[in-house]
Amino acid sequence: MDATAVKHDRGKMCVDENECKGCGLCMEACPPKVIAMSDHLNHYGYKTAEYCGEGCTGCGICFMVCPEPGAITVMRLKAKAAAAVSGSGLEGANA
Amino acid sequence: MSSVIIPEYEVTHSRPNAFNKSYERKGELKHATHYCPGCGHGNVHKMLAEAIDQLGIQDRTILISPVGCSVFAYYYFDVGNVQAAHGRAPAVATAMKRSRPESILISYQGDGDLTAIGAAEILHAANRGENITVIFVNNGIYSMTGGQVAPTTLVGQKSTTTPNGRSIENEGYPMRVCELLATLEAPVYIERVGLGDNKQIAQATRAIKRAVENQSKGLGFSLVEVLSPCPTIWKMSAVDAQHWVRGVMEKTYPLGVYCDKTKDAHPRTPHAPAPPLSELRKIMGITSEEISAPEVKQEIAADKKKVDLHVRVAGFGGQGVLLLGEILAEAGLDAGMQVSWLPSYGPEMRSGTSNCHVRISSESIDSPLVALPDVLIAMNEPSLRKFDASVRPGGWVLYNGDTFPGDCERKDVNVLALPFTNIALEIGDARAANMVMLGALLEIADALPQASIDAALNRLVKSKKWIELDERALQMGRELYHEACVGV
Ligand SMILES: Cc1ncc(C[n+]2csc(CCOP(=O)(O)OP(=O)(O)O)c2C)c(N)n1
Ligand code: SF4
Ligand code: SF4
Ligand code: SF4
Repeated sequence: MDATAVKHDRGKMCVDENECKGCGLCMEACPPKVIAMSDHLNHYGYKTAEYCGEGCTGCGICFMVCPEPGAITVMRLKAKAAAAVSGSGLEGANA
Repeated sequence: MSSVIIPEYEVTHSRPNAFNKSYERKGELKHATHYCPGCGHGNVHKMLAEAIDQLGIQDRTILISPVGCSVFAYYYFDVGNVQAAHGRAPAVATAMKRSRPESILISYQGDGDLTAIGAAEILHAANRGENITVIFVNNGIYSMTGGQVAPTTLVGQKSTTTPNGRSIENEGYPMRVCELLATLEAPVYIERVGLGDNKQIAQATRAIKRAVENQSKGLGFSLVEVLSPCPTIWKMSAVDAQHWVRGVMEKTYPLGVYCDKTKDAHPRTPHAPAPPLSELRKIMGITSEEISAPEVKQEIAADKKKVDLHVRVAGFGGQGVLLLGEILAEAGLDAGMQVSWLPSYGPEMRSGTSNCHVRISSESIDSPLVALPDVLIAMNEPSLRKFDASVRPGGWVLYNGDTFPGDCERKDVNVLALPFTNIALEIGDARAANMVMLGALLEIADALPQASIDAALNRLVKSKKWIELDERALQMGRELYHEACVGV
């Protein structure tokens, strides 16, 4: 895909379903509310959180409220790619 | 592991390096921690791991985990780990910091651990201003054991041991650790934070990093108390438990900085390393000229036959029970053996019973307790009755008395029963009976050279007159043993 052709969100998050215990703290904490609980049960029998697919700002809040060491990974749009995206700064940045 | 790589994006938040990649737990559970969903311990672990990463101190960090739900912290942190006895983490951290000043020592503790059984340890570590970092996870309850009241439990809060709620008449007031420790002069940084919402969590992250950083700068004692949800014992959802921290718990435990002297604090000089063993005698004031410095005679132990002697000595206070054991152990030490001497006496200083455990071994000693003695020295009848049955089959009982009580007789042990007190009286002093018995024991054990016995006597007996008397008593004991054996 071409970075200039697609409108990228500032951030992305993903949940490792092996580590998530479905506590829901990330959903509660996410400012734009872009995390949901899946219906799928993981290996241990927990429902797990999942990213809705768009709207993440890359603020990292979900990462710090999640009690599991590696359940959440947050990514941010690289500076170069970000320059191609119009819009405001990284509101709610917490890194 | 989720390692989604998307070219336009860079990872900004992911599992900190200070965590192990997988956990050496039970087979099925290599990825998941043992914490319940929404447990605050997980958040605090993550903050600590991030701080360790950011400060670049992973290689020199030692985490002391407590007793409590976080007892298994060592499964998760890829740093040095020691698991301390309940409440003792600050004492362990103190010892390790002093002996390894370059290490970063984290004492990680729950509220039961820190405020109840470990109340003394934390108070004194703080009062000494030890250059350690204490992470104090306060969930207001004993969680691991199923929810008993803790000193930190809120007034009115129900627990298994306060089913009607904590009452101040019965259990006292919730203990405010930060306020209490902030009255001391030594600590440099004390802050209470919470996990009640995003803002609190961000502040907690900063505070934990500061508390570790202070130590790396050598500034002194730092403690961060974290109000932390325990959804399981509180019987709440993870989100409700988080709200409870902010809405309820925080009222009893106000957040904030209770002490911050970091601006004016000067790096503390690390404690001087412990003096070399060779200087110990001088420091302890052992000066007598005739004693040569005790060399570690490893070779002797190595090419000598294997020795593993278990001795129990028992009698009344004043019979020289402890001294007998001490001389035996000291002689073993002089002969290059591993030794232990463990005295055990009742509360009465006089007319009470006392006994000691002595082990002498050519290998390292696993426990100083002597449960199955090879030799029992019973200096009176009550001691014989108490320990006779414990003697290892094939072992020896040396008994101080005219006749061996019939009901104590065993077919599977050897007995040397003589009126040792009278014998000692005949050669000069009844109080030398212990040395007569020791003489017999030395013959039985056949493990220690006479020179080592002499060295031990010289070290432990102050008066010349007594050394001389004891030498005679020992010789008498050796002879009595041989006479008895010939007589058999
Ligand atoms: C010497 C000793 N006494 C008592 C216990 C039992 N015990 C285990 S955990 C615990 C309380 C832990 O509570 P806390 O420190 O608040 O930690 P949490 O489990 O809440 O994280 C107790 C009393 C023990 N293991 N050792
Ligand atoms: S990084 Fe921020 S915006 Fe993105 S999912 Fe996490 S909390 Fe929501
Ligand atoms: S906070 Fe972590 S463990 Fe809890 S639901 Fe979200 S990803 Fe899962
Ligand atoms: S019982 Fe409470 S403190 Fe223990 S792991 Fe579960 S939530 Fe955490």
